[in-house]
Amino acid sequence: MNENNSTKNTTTVIFEILRYNPETGEKPKMQEYNVQVYKGMTVLDGLNWIKENLDPSLVWRSSCRMGVCGSCGMFINGYPRLACNNQILKISNKKLQIKPLPNFDIIRDLVPDLEGFFQKHKSVKPYLIRKDIQEQNLPTGEYFQSPDELTNYIQFAYCIKCGLCLSACPTVATDERFTGPQALAQAWRYNSDSRDEGSDERIKAVHDEIGASRCHFAGACSDVCPKGVDPSFAIQLLKQDFFLKTLKLRKDEKETHVIPTAKKYVPNPKIPEAPKPTVKK
Amino acid sequence: MKVERLHRKNNLGLAGWIRGGRYGLERYAYTLHRITGLGILLYFLLHIFATSSRIWGPEFWEKTMDLFEKPVFKFGEYLVFVAFAYHALNGIRLFITELGFGMGKPQRPVIPYKNAVRRQRPLLIVAMIIAFVLIVFGGLDFYLLGN
Amino acid sequence: MRESKLWVYHLIAGAVILVLLGIHMFIMHLDAILYSLGVGSQNPIDSGVVFARSKELFFMITYIILLGTALYHGLYGFKNILMELTLAQKSEKFISGFLTLCGVLLFAYGTFAAVFVFMK
Repeated sequence: MNENNSTKNTTTVIFEILRYNPETGEKPKMQEYNVQVYKGMTVLDGLNWIKENLDPSLVWRSSCRMGVCGSCGMFINGYPRLACNNQILKISNKKLQIKPLPNFDIIRDLVPDLEGFFQKHKSVKPYLIRKDIQEQNLPTGEYFQSPDELTNYIQFAYCIKCGLCLSACPTVATDERFTGPQALAQAWRYNSDSRDEGSDERIKAVHDEIGASRCHFAGACSDVCPKGVDPSFAIQLLKQDFFLKTLKLRKDEKETHVIPTAKKYVPNPKIPEAPKPTVKK
Repeated sequence: MKVERLHRKNNLGLAGWIRGGRYGLERYAYTLHRITGLGILLYFLLHIFATSSRIWGPEFWEKTMDLFEKPVFKFGEYLVFVAFAYHALNGIRLFITELGFGMGKPQRPVIPYKNAVRRQRPLLIVAMIIAFVLIVFGGLDFYLLGN
Repeated sequence: MRESKLWVYHLIAGAVILVLLGIHMFIMHLDAILYSLGVGSQNPIDSGVVFARSKELFFMITYIILLGTALYHGLYGFKNILMELTLAQKSEKFISGFLTLCGVLLFAYGTFAAVFVFMK
């Protein structure tokens, strides 16, 4: 913030940030900072500026500063957002209230405790499960998948595990055990993958007391998702699948088999041969 | 362990249910669905006892019904009707959407993102319009045409 | 697994209620509109009309079905709300048991009333 920015048009925005220090154990309190904001400045830029110029003791978590790593989820002006892909002036040109993500324990200042969140993610077995373990460990070929089958789940595979959906979910607000939109969406991402055969193994984690039936489609998780993953849609599809299978209206998916790699290459006579290389080795 | 105990709880609790905040319409629909559901359940339990008073004969029945003719009870009954109309219409929407219908198919996420909640919103709006019409007709019946 | 099955029944019960309670509401509360269209009776909660209706087999059976499904739908929904409050395991078990007992007793009482008036 020196001669570089003096030419730029700046606005003063008040940052109201929640401070909590576990070492003193005092109650969290709000602290205000005045920040000169220029057009295009993200919330994360603002926090960095405060740390460099005003208060080096401010703590938060961030890494990639471009909406990929999912570290900087914060509760900004009453809405869970990533600090790095939201511009300050698009949110407010007067005051910005920043709190750590609700529904997670606060470790310090703006740092939420994501440990339980990752445990929930692990509980749904978010990886390809095949019945033929021998083949999975020592593959002889590739599994076939059409582009349509890819579109069925690719949206849900974009999850960056930032935790915004859990802080927006009304059920998580009171029920700490609820598996949560993120993990359930991941369960559906693998269940709907045509290569996966593990839906029976996931059924225990996904359809018990803390599973999909705790979702009542308030839809907030899909609204806040920064990557368009649409967790609430995934959970409804998970329920649809369970409902139809319980009423015997849907059969189990057909299995995908390994396509053996071609042993002998036979060139297509219709395709002309490539010209000989002109550059000699 | 020592540090872990110092982690501060930050769950929204019941406020997370009640305050829709800046989220979509469906969040408010969710809260109302719960409140109306609880109201209807309370009425329904009383209703079982009231209507089961048939076993004591017609005189007792008339006495019970006379008790419920008071304006307070009539208004209460109308409130239950309003709750029913909302719960039923929103329930139809939830029946469709919670079973994954009416929201299209998964798509590749392309900015600007469109989610299933937005895609089913017309359904919510239509359901609310029908509920509103029912509530108005119910009000007409309760207070103008009746008696 | 079990919980999601209960949820499936909750949904089906809701659909049954929607149909039956829809009829019930039209007869009981939109009675003046229906009567002006020439259907139904002028005062559906008049004791004579009520007791005449109770004697019909169709109404007795639908009353019992409606009672059962509505009790399940309502009490399961209520249990669902309570379970989301992260209570102690002991109180959760107590609540489940208590609500199940309430449901069974109320169903027995309501069925008794419907059958009793029908037979009388």
